[in-house]
Amino acid sequence: MRKPPDFALEGGALDALMPMHLWFGADERVIRVGPTLAKIAGEEQLVGQRLFDIIDLRRPQAAQTVEGVLALAGMRLRLALFRRADLPFRGVVVPMPGGQGGFINLSLGVSFAQAVADCDLTLNDFSPCDQTVDLLYLAEANAVIAQESRNLTARLQRARESAEEQALTDALTGLHNRRAMDATLRQLAGDPVARFGLMHLDLDFFKEVNDTLGHAAGDHVLTHVADILRAEIRTGDIVARVGGDEFVLLFRDCDDAELLQSIADRLIRRLEEPTLFDGQQCRISASAGSVLASRYEVPDPDRMLNDADIALYTSKHRGRAQHTYFDDELLAPVTGTVRPN
Amino acid sequence: MHGLVNRALQGFLTDTYGKDTWEEVRSQAALPFDGFESMLHYDDRLTEQTVSAAAAVLHKDAISLLEDIGTYLVTHPNLEPLRRLLRFGGDTFYDFLQSLDDLAGRASLAVPDLVLPDLHICHLHRNSFVLEVKWPVPGISAVFLGALRALADDYGALAILEFDGAGGGIERIRIELLDTAHASGRHFSLGATAT
Repeated sequence: MRKPPDFALEGGALDALMPMHLWFGADERVIRVGPTLAKIAGEEQLVGQRLFDIIDLRRPQAAQTVEGVLALAGMRLRLALFRRADLPFRGVVVPMPGGQGGFINLSLGVSFAQAVADCDLTLNDFSPCDQTVDLLYLAEANAVIAQESRNLTARLQRARESAEEQALTDALTGLHNRRAMDATLRQLAGDPVARFGLMHLDLDFFKEVNDTLGHAAGDHVLTHVADILRAEIRTGDIVARVGGDEFVLLFRDCDDAELLQSIADRLIRRLEEPTLFDGQQCRISASAGSVLASRYEVPDPDRMLNDADIALYTSKHRGRAQHTYFDDELLAPVTGTVRPN
Repeated sequence: MHGLVNRALQGFLTDTYGKDTWEEVRSQAALPFDGFESMLHYDDRLTEQTVSAAAAVLHKDAISLLEDIGTYLVTHPNLEPLRRLLRFGGDTFYDFLQSLDDLAGRASLAVPDLVLPDLHICHLHRNSFVLEVKWPVPGISAVFLGALRALADDYGALAILEFDGAGGGIERIRIELLDTAHASGRHFSLGATAT
């Protein structure tokens, strides 16, 4: 086979094929640079300068002589212009025939987007074979899609929040929440012959469990309490978790203060049985206060909640772990509504 | 049909005619939701229903409506990122036309499940092209006609574009490029980041 003839490319052809080339002579002086590299260098005239004054060769290793640079022929170079140290290039160097120095071809490294923006590069500054423009396109398309995803996430978040607002159950315990309790209470109180009982129950020593054994233990206790409350009420009655460790129970068709007292006693006894969490005993108790709809001419939900609350705090005040049925006497200043803590 | 396509349709109606018009279209098209989500897929039927409902609500024929959508895609400020992505296709309108064959491939690089119309550009002679558009839903060439006219303006090129028939699932647009540098066009710089 015949050896293909040696050939020479004129400058314009070099610029079209490799717009970021740099040719340096045996005397270390730059002989020629491609138009895009010149554009990135900006005002600095590269031609005629010493290679080592303008190029910072970082990897695989620094070199300070033409021979040193040519020893890296064919390797993957990482380098930058000293005046644009923030825009690292990738490159490759080959020796020129006849000891006429070397020829370096460069491309933009990972900072391509910044280089394009800072130096106002256009499509024409890249060889049609260079995929930098495609990378830019992808980076922009990616940003648009990421924004769409963020918008979607924000909409989902809002939808979730509004669903939570409309929810009727407490996420941790599965009991009714305050919203659901309010609705049922209003409905029961609206009955012309309202006969029901309302009990406000607040855990004692729950804060201690939370503080000494942690929130996971606290959550465990709340779930356990919810199970007991659910088990002790009749079908049709309502148990709601209305605060961190506060519960409201509504008893339908109930007009018996002593019944409320015995239910409360049983609940408190069961809640006082210690439970285990991670091998640790969790001990709590509960205070309660209740009121019957029949004691009012027209039961007002807010007033009933308030009266049950006064009875509850009387229980707390009397030493906790007990139940109090609301009585007008509780409003007198002597027993008062002084709250512990 | 990909949510991005449907979302563009919804965006056209809300940005051009307002939220109330969108609500009316949505209810006439019997869409079972408030709006399209860009990252979901929808039955093609819903897209067709939305287009016919919009034509009825706006008292427009479907073809002019679809042309307006094409114009909107390139010119509306809310869709500036899309205009920029299109301008990556070439430095001049001539180059851009040559790049149309790659449009669907480029789009699926960015969004792998986005299927765009299959485009084939035939260069008849020096300044004369025919664009063939293949798409399951008829009327797509009207969208491209509107978008390409707007893009010619964007590049500052003077071009005549018209429908060139349809058949075998393919719709054609004829493009006569009279002057690639007729006006200065709109500014485009590779480096300006879309935000």
